[in-house]
Amino acid sequence: MIRHHELQLTADVLVIGGGPAGAWAALTARARGAERVVLVDKGYCGTSGATASANTGVWYVAPEGDAREHAIQKRLQLSEGLGRRETMEHVLETTWQQIAQLAAWGFPFPEQDDGVQFRANLRGPDYMAFMRKLIKRAGVTVLDHSPALELLVSETGVAGARGHRLQSDEAYSVSARAVVVASGGVAYLSKTLGCDVNTGDGLLMAAEAGAELSGMEFSSQYGICPAYSSVTKGLPYFWATFSDASGRVIHKGGLWQLTVAEALLEGPVFAVLDRAPPHVQRWLRTGQPNCFLPHDRIGIDPFRERFPVTLRSEGTVRGTGGIRIYDRSGSTGVPGLYAAGDAASRETLVGAATGGGAPNAAWAISSGTSSGGAAADFARQSLPQTRAASAAGAAGLRPRRTAAHVDAETLIQRAQGEALPIDKNLFRSADRMRASLVQLDAAWEVARDRLAARGRAAVRAREAAALLACARLGYRSALARVETRGLHRRLDAPGLDPTQAHSLAVVGLDEIEVRPYRYIEGSQA
Amino acid sequence: MIELLSKERCTGCNLCVRICPTNVFEAVDGDIPTLARANACQTCFMCELYCPVDALYVSPYADRSVDVDEAALTRARTLGSYAREMGWQKAKPRGAERDPTYRFRAAERDYDHTSS
Repeated sequence: MIRHHELQLTADVLVIGGGPAGAWAALTARARGAERVVLVDKGYCGTSGATASANTGVWYVAPEGDAREHAIQKRLQLSEGLGRRETMEHVLETTWQQIAQLAAWGFPFPEQDDGVQFRANLRGPDYMAFMRKLIKRAGVTVLDHSPALELLVSETGVAGARGHRLQSDEAYSVSARAVVVASGGVAYLSKTLGCDVNTGDGLLMAAEAGAELSGMEFSSQYGICPAYSSVTKGLPYFWATFSDASGRVIHKGGLWQLTVAEALLEGPVFAVLDRAPPHVQRWLRTGQPNCFLPHDRIGIDPFRERFPVTLRSEGTVRGTGGIRIYDRSGSTGVPGLYAAGDAASRETLVGAATGGGAPNAAWAISSGTSSGGAAADFARQSLPQTRAASAAGAAGLRPRRTAAHVDAETLIQRAQGEALPIDKNLFRSADRMRASLVQLDAAWEVARDRLAARGRAAVRAREAAALLACARLGYRSALARVETRGLHRRLDAPGLDPTQAHSLAVVGLDEIEVRPYRYIEGSQA
Repeated sequence: MIELLSKERCTGCNLCVRICPTNVFEAVDGDIPTLARANACQTCFMCELYCPVDALYVSPYADRSVDVDEAALTRARTLGSYAREMGWQKAKPRGAERDPTYRFRAAERDYDHTSS
């Protein structure tokens, strides 16, 4: 057998994912004294992921007066019983401090008419280019185009990761004392803006290493965009009038999601941004140029002409579910393994509601900061590994049975076929979810038993495995929550059931167990 | 999807190869890069933003490939339009200080729906 060259690195802290959470984690790990910090990104740290192509509000509230209390009260209400005050307080305070750092380091926040900087908004490409500069300056080793494929585990916990460098076509491994998974959520390759890199890889890797997931039933967020386009930015649609094919008006203004979704089941839906007054049109155009690229390039005036719209899945990226964490430092219950950003469950911040936009942006900053610091502390205190670590990856890398020719693309389509359609995932019922699980379980068995790939092809194979795993865990959780709460809508259980004001942990990848629990900060029971 | 890498304009700096999140471009020794994996394009427009010589065009159609005419795109000043509207200059982030989006955030908070 030919032994291919493998790049081998050693780190105190390895960060998987170079979006905002990963960047803040790497930066904080360095600041907390970790000497060697390595960050690996599937794409390019600076352009990859949901934030880089967006323009996002930040849940950023001054400590003075009672503004924070108001913000927390509102969030607690929206969370429908699952949000936790202590998480919210921590996120608000950490975000406040780190945004002040960004300003001090020179991030060009816009000045309002009174000359005071407005800091509760971050323009994605600029923000992530700035974060990249900061982590490079801090001495973080960045590997771009280097997706992690699997975690390494030893007798004491997680010991690093293996992956593949796409551009040089070589394997790599990083042995690390602590690992932060900040690889984003899962959007099922829906082409929602910037999210094709978010295939749930980190969720699969963490689950293989023994972590649990949580809140996976809150994985049914959808973003709106022109039907042919990828630009799922919701802001302009506050000024939209929606109509059906005959021109009949079906909805005006904000909170359009359900009406538009229901109408899309019947036929095409159109929008026109005719409620935007001239100054709003100007601000929208200047502030969200990529929203208008599609219209301009096709030759539509979206303020006057109707254009077809569709919904693209934002899965857990702007949903809520992810790796279960036990405290504000992002501990996963597996020693040395931390989760941050959209890879982690955000239930204690947003509960059953969407995390999209401002809460997720604050969460990325806060959870990245806290997990990066905790990982650095863990790395300092941990003893050197005495025995060689083993690789934890299974489906797509080490099939349970004889490897066969299995097409990863077909498996991806099978995952998408169940996870993307709004009549299956947005409007849920036990019958449809069971039917989806029959399909998904069959595809998962193929991935688990037969799918094996090497080199660049292994990246796609692992994406297929991760998409199938996430879709299955999502529907298993959703079946166990027999009620409608927040994002999770059951046609067969339309009301909120006060006795189900708990979270659902999902354990295992083959035999999946769903366990209700109530979050208690720091409790691993 | 990405539809054009202009042979006229490209200087072979390979910045697109470096920054594309889905690794669409392939560097070629002594030549300009190719669109080796155009079907992996996620239509995020990042390459256009970073291209210092406005040599790239991403069509708004995310799910299918369409024909484009470089001469027409040049005439319409479409090449480089995203970077221009953002205020970026030769791959350098500029213009965030003039972003008026903050004017919406107060109104948006009334809806408590900020998924943009």
